[in-house]
Amino acid sequence: MSEAGVIKKFLYLNRKAPYGTIYALESLEVVLISAAFEQDVSLAFVDDGVFQLKKDQKTDAIGMKNFSPIYNALGDYDITKLYVEKESLEARGLTLDDLMDVTYEDEDDDWAEKPAIQLVSKTEMADIMESQDVVLSF
Amino acid sequence: MLLHTVNKSPFEKNSLETCLSLAKAGSSVLLIEDGVYAVQKGSQADAMISDALKTVNFYVLGPDLDARGMAADNMIDGIKTVDYNGFVDLVADHKAVQAWL
Amino acid sequence: MKFGILINEGPYQHQAPDSAYQFTKAALEKGHEIFRVFFYHDGVNNATRLAVPPQDDRNITTQWQALAKEYNLDLVVCIAAAQRRGLLDENEAKRNSKDADNIAEGFRISGLGQLIEAGIQSDRLVVFGD
Repeated sequence: MSEAGVIKKFLYLNRKAPYGTIYALESLEVVLISAAFEQDVSLAFVDDGVFQLKKDQKTDAIGMKNFSPIYNALGDYDITKLYVEKESLEARGLTLDDLMDVTYEDEDDDWAEKPAIQLVSKTEMADIMESQDVVLSF
Repeated sequence: MLLHTVNKSPFEKNSLETCLSLAKAGSSVLLIEDGVYAVQKGSQADAMISDALKTVNFYVLGPDLDARGMAADNMIDGIKTVDYNGFVDLVADHKAVQAWL
Repeated sequence: MKFGILINEGPYQHQAPDSAYQFTKAALEKGHEIFRVFFYHDGVNNATRLAVPPQDDRNITTQWQALAKEYNLDLVVCIAAAQRRGLLDENEAKRNSKDADNIAEGFRISGLGQLIEAGIQSDRLVVFGD
């Protein structure tokens, strides 16, 4: 149970690409910890943040840890809302097919496997942001 | 409504542009740190900000303006200057704060 | 009103810690409460007691210490970010067999849960970063 039973809407706003700086990785570390607090968690990927979800990341030759598989594990932590802004993705010449297949099992729907990534328009993203109680940007 | 804070110059980063494209009508934007360079009348950012001013409230942090030698009398009309006390009031008066870093 | 503060950048490199300090001070002087100040990413470097800034410059660490003393502030440094960057308190130094610690008095090292808790318990969470 969360403290005092309070459930707030937490949004993690990701606007930075991975590896070039540590923000994406350390943001993900906060997201994982937040799962233990049973809050209503959403992740927003805007601007270069969409690159965090790019498939086929291979980091062996740069000597850094590939943390992209962690996004796939988010479903196990009940973090199932990954909102990707469509315009940001398109501006970077990418489509949904270029992103990882992040899925979760929906306990309210006989554990059916569902995609966690949702493409949203700017209008939808603006509504998602406006509905939050706490916005964390890194 | 949300209070959006922007701390980047619009001439270097797209933080302000993205913020304005996602800020809902009635929300507020506060420019701080290098974000204050956006207020200059007649700059490349003027049209974008003047347009946004029709639907969002614009504020700029005076201490950051002063530190950078940016004069309030060359500011785009409609932007309000606040000090740190005003910053605190803005945070208190909005439902949540979203930082555009 | 209760505020939580998150600082993502190190001292002197970026204005974020200065902005956060000015905001926190103004909020306290207006009678608001600061639930917690959380230092993350390079922000953990604000808590070193070994920095020696030039005498004619502000000392960001001692500024926080003084404010913390006056208002009984909870200054929390993220343990994961701190360990990566070589910020250790006495216990962590011992636990990791290091020959020194460097956390300034008035700061404490703890987990990321303290940030989430600040988000839950505060009326507003304000982020200062790059």
